[in-house]
Amino acid sequence: MSEAAAAPLAEPRPPRKLYRSSDGRWLGGVARGLAGHLGLPVIWVRLVFVGLFMADGLGALLYAAFWFFVPLGVGGVEAQKPPSPLTAETSSDGRRRLVARRPDKGQIVALLLMVVVAMVFVGNVNLSGGARAYLWPMVFVGAGVALVWRQADNARRARWAEVGRRRRTVTLLRSVGGVLLVTAGVSGIFVLQGSAAHLGSVLQAALAVLVGITLLAGPYLVRMTQDLSEERLMRIRAQERAEVAAHVHDSVLHTLTLIQRNAENANEVRRLARAQERDLRTWLYKPEGTGKDEADEPTTLADAVRHNAAEVEDKHGVPIEVVVVGDCPLDERISAQMQAAREAMVNAAKYGGEGGAVQVFAEVEGKTVFVSVRDRGPGFDLGSIPADRMGVRESIIGRMERNGGTARLRAVPDGGTEVELEMERAEKTS
Amino acid sequence: MSDPTEANGTAGSAEAAGPAESGGGPGRHVRVVLVDDHRMFRTGVQAEIGQTEQTGVEVVGEAADVDQAVTVITATRPEVVLLDVHLPGGGGVEVLRRCAPLMGDAEQPVRFLALSVSDAAEDVIGVIRGGARGYVTKTITGTDLVNSVFRVQEGDAVFSPRLAGFVLDAFASTDAPPVDEDLDRLTQREREVLRLIARGYAYKEIAKQLYISVKTVESHVSAVLRKLQLSNRHELTRWATARRLV
Repeated sequence: MSEAAAAPLAEPRPPRKLYRSSDGRWLGGVARGLAGHLGLPVIWVRLVFVGLFMADGLGALLYAAFWFFVPLGVGGVEAQKPPSPLTAETSSDGRRRLVARRPDKGQIVALLLMVVVAMVFVGNVNLSGGARAYLWPMVFVGAGVALVWRQADNARRARWAEVGRRRRTVTLLRSVGGVLLVTAGVSGIFVLQGSAAHLGSVLQAALAVLVGITLLAGPYLVRMTQDLSEERLMRIRAQERAEVAAHVHDSVLHTLTLIQRNAENANEVRRLARAQERDLRTWLYKPEGTGKDEADEPTTLADAVRHNAAEVEDKHGVPIEVVVVGDCPLDERISAQMQAAREAMVNAAKYGGEGGAVQVFAEVEGKTVFVSVRDRGPGFDLGSIPADRMGVRESIIGRMERNGGTARLRAVPDGGTEVELEMERAEKTS
Repeated sequence: MSDPTEANGTAGSAEAAGPAESGGGPGRHVRVVLVDDHRMFRTGVQAEIGQTEQTGVEVVGEAADVDQAVTVITATRPEVVLLDVHLPGGGGVEVLRRCAPLMGDAEQPVRFLALSVSDAAEDVIGVIRGGARGYVTKTITGTDLVNSVFRVQEGDAVFSPRLAGFVLDAFASTDAPPVDEDLDRLTQREREVLRLIARGYAYKEIAKQLYISVKTVESHVSAVLRKLQLSNRHELTRWATARRLV
C-alpha cells in the first residue's frame, strides 16, 4: 500500500470506519471522530457544528444523531497530525490506549462555549413567545441526556481502558444529575403546556404507566440479566476448562509419547514422569499457579527451594522430595542460602543419588531459616577431600559463612550425608 | 528401589516390631481393605502387597466409593483400611465419619491409613483429623507400604515427611491463642521428632539422634497424632490451606 508507506505512522489497515473518539474529546467525541475520519483538523469540524447549530439548531440534532448511532472507538484521530499532544500507545491487543489522561480543560471550554452559543442562539432566533418558553426545558432535557449518554460512553470505555472504576460515586452522581435535569425539563414542558394544576395528575399518570411497564417487563428483565450473568459464568468456566484441557493435553500427552519412545531407558522415563508429576501438581494444587510461569524468578523461600529442587532433579535425574514449613520473602542472605542449598542438592544428587531420593527440608522459624539436604549415598568425609576441591568448602560452607550463616556437614549413622544450613533473616524483612 | 528410599518406614517398623510386639516376626498377618476409585491403582497395590505368604498382608476387600467402602468394611471387619483421600460420594473423610464406631471398637478396631496423591494440606490434615492413623503418598514402595500397614495395625502412627511438614506448619501458627493449652501445643520434643521425620529420618535414626529409645519416638508421634485429631483448633485446616504447604 503506497499510502501507508508514505505515512510513517499508519500501519496498513482495513477500510476506515467511522468511530467516535474517546481520546481528547469534549463532549461525545463526534467532532474528533469525524475529523479523524475525514482527515481534517478537529477545530474545523467543531466550527462547522457550531455554525450548523446556529441554523435553527440543526448542528445539535446532527451531533446527537452521530452520538447516538456511531460507536465509540479510538480509531481515526492519531494517524493524522494530532492536534493536541496526546500520548497514545498501541497495546498488545492492537488497540490504542490512552497513556496519560489529564483532566480535560477542553471540557470546561466546551461547556462555556456551548453556553455562549446557546445564548447567542436564543438571542438571535425569533421565536414566538409560546415557543420561547419551551426553550429552557428543552435545554435542560438536552443537558441531562448529554450527561447520561456521556456517562454510558465512559462506562463502555472503562471496559477496555480500565479507568473510572474508582469513581463509583461520581458516576452515580452524574447519572442522578442527568435524570434530574431531564425530569425537570420534562416537567417544565408539562407545566407550560397545561396549567400547573394538572401537574399532579400528569405525574401520577406517568408514575402509573411506569409502574405498569415495570410490572410487565420487570420479570423479563430480571430473567434476562440472570441468564446473561449465568451465561457469562458458563463461558468463563468453559474457558477455564479449555485452558486446563489444553495444558493437560499438551504436556501430559507429550510426556507420555516421550515415555513410550524411551521405554527401555528407565532413568529417562523416571525423569520425564517426575517432571510431569511436578508440573501437574503445581497446576492442580496451587490455586493461582498456572504452571506456565516457571521461568519467573522465585520471590519466596518456598518457591526458591522448589524451583532449585526441580532444576536439580531434572538435570541429574534423581528424585528430590521437598518439605517446606513456613515461608518468607527472599532477601540477600536467604538467596545466598538458597544457592548453597542448591549446591548441596547437586552434590547429593551426584554422589548420593544411588541410595534413593534426596530429601530437602526447609523451615522458617522466627528469624531463623533452616535448610537440610540429605542423601542416602555412601557418605563422605570432608577431611578426606583434596584441598583443591572447592565445591563443598567454598560453594556451601564458605558462602554461608560469608553471609553470616552456618553450614554443617555430617555423616548420617546408616550411610548418607546431611548438609544443614542455618541463616538469620535480614532485619528489615521481619 | 532399595530400602533407604523410605527408610523411615522400613527401619522404623522393623525396629518397632521386634521388642514391642509379641505377635511380630515372620508369622504376622493382617487383613486389609483397599478403598480407591481407580481400579488400576487397586490392582497395582494388590499385586504389590497382596502375596500373603510373602508379605503377610491379605486383601479381603476392595471398594471404589464411599457407600461401597462402608459396606465392605462393615462386612469384612479388616484390621487396616488403605483409604484414598479423593473418593466419589464425599471423599475419605466421609468414610471415616461413617466408620467411626468401628474405629472405637475395643475388641477389634478398624484402623485407617490414608494413601493419596493429593498435595493439598486440607485433604491430608482432613483425613488425619477424621481419625486416620497415618498418611503415605502413592509413590511409596510396596515394602514400605507393607511396613506402614503393620505399623498402623499395631496402633502406631505413620507420618511421612510430608505429613510431618503439614503438621509442623499447622501447629506453628501463633496468631490464634490455643483453646486447650495441653492439646494445642506441641512439646519441644515432639517438634524435634516431627522435624526429623520431615527431614527424612527413620524412627531408629531419630532415636539415635535424640538419645531416646525407638519406643519413645513412637509415643511422641502418637501424641502428636492424638493432638492433631483432638485439637480444638478449628482453623487448623484452613490455616494450613492458606499457607499452601508443600
